[in-house]
Formats: sequence, C-alpha cells, structure tokens
Amino acid sequence: MTTLEELKDREEAVIIAVNGGAMFLRRMSSLNLREGKTVRKITSQPLRGPVIVEIDGRRYAIGKGMARKIVVRRVQE
Amino acid sequence: MRILLVGNPNVGKSALFSRLTGLNVIVSNYSGTTVEYKKGKTLVNGAEAELIDVPGVYSLSATSKAEKVATEMLKEGDVIINVVDATNLERNLYLTLQLLEKNIPVIVALNFWDETKHKGISIDTKKLEEMLGVPVIPIVAVTAEGVKRLVESIPRARKHREKRTDRERWIRIGEIIENVQRISPKKHSLIQTLEDLTIKPLTGIPIAIGIVILVFVLIRFIGEGLINYLLNPLFDLYLPLMQRLSQLLGEGFLHDILIGQLINGRVDFLQSMGLLTTGLFVPIAMVLPYVLAFYLVLGILEDSGYLPRLGILIDAVTHKIGLHGLAIIPLLLGAGCNVPGVLGTRILESKTQRFIVVTILSIAVPCMAQTAMIYGLLGGYGLRGLGPVFLTLIIVAVLLSFALSKIIGGEAPETFIEVTPYRLPRMRFLLRKLWWRTRSFIGEAVPYMLLGVIIINVLYTSKIIDVLGRFASPVISGVFGLPKEAVVSLLIGFLRKDVAVGMLIPLKLTLKQLIIASVVLTMYFPCIATFVVIFKEMGLKDTVKAFLIMVFSTFIVGGILNLIL
Ligand SMILES: Nc1nc2c(ncn2[C@@H]2O[C@H](COP(=O)(O)OP(=O)(O)OP(=O)(O)O)[C@@H](O)[C@H]2O)c(=O)[nH]1
Repeated sequence: MTTLEELKDREEAVIIAVNGGAMFLRRMSSLNLREGKTVRKITSQPLRGPVIVEIDGRRYAIGKGMARKIVVRRVQE
Repeated sequence: MRILLVGNPNVGKSALFSRLTGLNVIVSNYSGTTVEYKKGKTLVNGAEAELIDVPGVYSLSATSKAEKVATEMLKEGDVIINVVDATNLERNLYLTLQLLEKNIPVIVALNFWDETKHKGISIDTKKLEEMLGVPVIPIVAVTAEGVKRLVESIPRARKHREKRTDRERWIRIGEIIENVQRISPKKHSLIQTLEDLTIKPLTGIPIAIGIVILVFVLIRFIGEGLINYLLNPLFDLYLPLMQRLSQLLGEGFLHDILIGQLINGRVDFLQSMGLLTTGLFVPIAMVLPYVLAFYLVLGILEDSGYLPRLGILIDAVTHKIGLHGLAIIPLLLGAGCNVPGVLGTRILESKTQRFIVVTILSIAVPCMAQTAMIYGLLGGYGLRGLGPVFLTLIIVAVLLSFALSKIIGGEAPETFIEVTPYRLPRMRFLLRKLWWRTRSFIGEAVPYMLLGVIIINVLYTSKIIDVLGRFASPVISGVFGLPKEAVVSLLIGFLRKDVAVGMLIPLKLTLKQLIIASVVLTMYFPCIATFVVIFKEMGLKDTVKAFLIMVFSTFIVGGILNLIL
C-alpha cells in the first residue's frame, strides 16, 4: 500500500481509502476520486508541485498534500 | 418560466447558453469561465423563458463557494437543463443524481455527442433515459445539433425526490454505467502524445517557455505588421486632410479642441493632442493593433485548452510566493485589459487570493494599451529602455505577492486543477470572441480618450495646469525626479493609461525619466474603469486597502528608481 504521492509515473493503482475531513472526502468523491476507482499517475511537478493523475481518461492536478491523503494499492501489470 | 443550465465545469454550458439566447458569452476551454451567472431570454415552444447559466460545479455538496452559489440558485428555478459531458459520463452523473433529489424538473442534455464517436464511447440514451427517469437528449452545443429537440423536450422534464447517500449515489451510477455505456479501447492518439509532452515537466517546461516566447513574438509581429502596412499608411493619407482642416479653422478654441497645438507649424499626431489628431491616432494606430494581436493569441491559448497546463506547470513556483497556479490566468487576461483580469480572479476560490491577485494586477500589470505605448516610447532604446521597466514591475509583483500573502495570512489553498482536454479551436468562436473583445476595447477607449483630450485642453487653456504642477512638484520632481509638467500625464492616467504615456512624448524626458514615468504611471492607479470594477467585485474596504497599497508602493518604487538609475 502506498499513496498517490508516492506512485511512480505511469503506475496504475486502485484507491483504497481517502483520508481527511468529511468535507475533503465529499469533495474528492464528487470528482470520482473514491474507493475502488483505478487511477493512473501521469507525472508530478518538481519543487513539490502538483501530482497529475488520470481517472477514466480525465486528468487532474492535485496538490502534494492532497495526494498524500489518498491511499492506493498498485495494480500489478 | 425560469430555466437553469447546470453542469460540471467546462461541459459546454456557455456554448449552449449562447446558442439558446443568441447572446455573446465567452466560451473558453478551461474550467471556470462562467464566473458570474448570466441571464438571457429564449423561446420555449412559443413562450418566452428566462435562461440562467449557473457556474460549473462538480456537486451540490457545498464544498466550494461556487457550489454554495449554485445550490442557492436552484431554489429559483422552474426547470433544470443538466448539461452532461458524454465523454465523461460517470463523473457527471454524480451531479445529475444530486439534481434529481431536488424536487425540480430535470432534463439532461448529453453534450459533446460529436466527440463520443472518435473516443470509442457508445451510450444507449434510451436506456439512460429509462434509468434516470428523465429525458436525455444528445446534443452538440457548438454546432447546435440536437438543440432544437432539447428545447422541444423541456416540457417533458420530470422531477424525482429520491434521497441517497454519497455511497448509494455511486452504487447507482455504477449500475447505470454498466447498463448504458460501452467503451472500446482506442490506441494512443496524437493528441494524447501532446497531452503527455506538455504536462511532464521535462518536456512541458521547455515547451511552456517556448510558447510564452512565441506569444510575445507573435503579438509583436502581428501588431507591428498592422501598424507598418495598414495603419501608418492610412494615417499618412489622413494627415494632409487634418493639415487642411487646421488652415480652415484658423486659430481659436475649436482648433485647439479638434486639431490641438501645431508643432513647428504642422499637425503632429503624437503631440498635437486634438480630438481628431492624437485622440484618434493613439487608440487606433498605436494601441488597437497590439490589442487585436493580443486577443487573437490569447483566444487560441484559451480555446485550445493550454492555459490550465500553464497554471499547473507554474504552480510550484507561484505557491512559493503565496499564489495558486491558476492565478496566471487572470494575470494574463489583465495584460490585455485589467477589467477582465479583475473579473477573471473569480476563478480563484479564496477571498485573500483574489485580493492579492487584484492588487498585483492593478499595480504591476500594465494593460496592452499601456504596454503598446511604453513600447512606442522606449522601444527605440531596446532592452536598455524596456528592460528596467518590466523587470521592476515583475519584481514588484513578486514582492507584493509574497508580502501580502504573509501579512493577510492564508497560504495559497491546495491546488486542484482539472486538466481540460485539448481541442482544436473553432474559427467561428475564435473570431467572435476577438471581435467582441476588440469592440469592447474601442467602446471603452474612444470615449475616455476623447474626454481626456478635452480635459487636457481645458487644463492648458485655463492655466490650471500651472497651479497643479506647482502643487505636485515636491512629489513629482522631488521624489520621482520628473519635470513638473508630468503632472498632466498622471492626471490623465486616471482616465486612460495610453494617452497618459503618450503625453510624456512632448516633455522630452531623459531615458531615466522615461523609465521612472512608465513605472509610476503603471503603478499608482489602474484606470478608472478598472477601479470601478475592483470596487464592484471586492467592496469598499478591499478597494481602499488596494488603493493605499498602490500609492505606498508607487512612492517607494518610484523613489528607489530615482536614486539608483
Ligand atoms: N466538440 C465539442 N466541443 C464543445 C461542445 N460544447 C462545448 N464545446 C467546447 O468546450 C469548451 C467549453 O465550453 P464552455 O461553453 O465554455 O463550457 P462551460 O460549461 O460554460 O464552462 P465553465 O464556464 O468553465 O463552467 C469550449 O472550448 C467549447 O468550444 C460540443 O458539443 N462539442
């Protein structure tokens, strides 16, 4: 188990849990960032910049702090 | 009847809105273009109905200001057109289910129908209609395909009142997707390669730098091209006409207002300061070409979907000075004209972020009109003239941002940016937006310009100018090292920055004075139009605060430049 932040570029993973307050959870959920969804990390920006992830073919840039709160399990290729 | 357009950000609500109402609204390929809700009228089966474009939201869970606003607005609606992105059905359905819980009739407009085909997505709309229990109409907002059917189907909108928890919603969506959507995998396309190249830092950062440079080069190329090959020749033909008119009018008040002062016995478009001479020449031959060029290039950047990527790439850097990466978008808009820049700050969620960006905009970001004039004034000196001006402004912007975010507190909120897919800009939209923005520039510039010219003439003929000059000289000459005549330029700068810069020309300033005057003119006050918008957007308290910061930083920066240059 790891977090979105620590995934390597191009790695796929399944979201296991989203940690954080109720508000954060609701916000992530409405973006389809929720338990059971498969995500793919595209890249992360240098200097502690945002992490780019892909869900259902859509890409989102999310801050490092947020990415750290999303726990995932790598999908073995 | 009042119809609400509700949907996720960037699903084509604005495009549909302008289809239905015939009104011009800005359609751009990034989330949050609809920053202010828009109202219009449309015909529904013969009856007039009010149409409201609600800001785009992912949910009604009130996790952001836009979501609170949208939820509030729902109470006022009689029927909801839920605009859904067919290429991203699953995520979009979350909002749909929430809307179905609201006891208002809903109809779903399945937009981007054209894109489903080449993305290998097939959706069984009949089945979707059945499962949602409301009409589902596939449309293409940009070509109007299906829009007529959508309108005709509005009376069939249905309300439900099922209540679900967050979990139950997703379970239901899972069932729906299972039953209505098939996706056939597509191989890696050219667009996807481009997506990757422009977002991965190793390639994305050089590309971003390249694009920014290209933007500058293009604006200059197009602007100068228009001036040299179109506008200057035109005004060369116009000059003898004015010369003749000047002779006909003879000396007197009318001559002073229309033609202005003769310079060495001749009309001089730059220095005469008459309504028909400088009053037309500056906005049309010096400023308009660059404004046009700027908006053309900006339009391409907006519609292709590149801007959010710029925000993402720069986000780490802007966070270090307390700004969200997306702040780059209003700042860029402000480089065209500060007014849309200020309005564009609505893309930022937090109030402190908005205040910081608005302040930076009004202090350190000259609008295109002013930039064009500064370029005209200092361009001859090359980097030696332009460098210090823009370098100073950049340093001021960075320091201001840093200081303000430290003082009024609140780190920049954590980044969340949807990377909108690339799209080929549509000529029709591009040209319409360009026309619309250019027209609003002319509509705003010309009247103020004329007013400015009249005021200048009154000030000069009544000799009020001498009094003002003496009064202001401790600051203007003492602090900034400028001749006291520069006071007119600062006065006119409240109205229009481009004329104000133009008024420096007859003063025969030294390079140092030109640099200081350009910086001071940019910083001390935005134009009156911008100031009014700031007041409307931010309220009295923040406007006063911003104003004090303007005055204070102008003194400091102008004074320092006077000492070190
Ligand atoms: N191909 C295609 N493009 C579309 C369609 N509808 C909208 N677009 C494009 O999608 C982008 C977003 O459209 P907007 O109308 O600005 O979206 P919006 O929902 O108002 O966005 P916000 O104001 O940010 O919430 C623009 O570049 C449009 O040209 C469509 O049906 N097909």
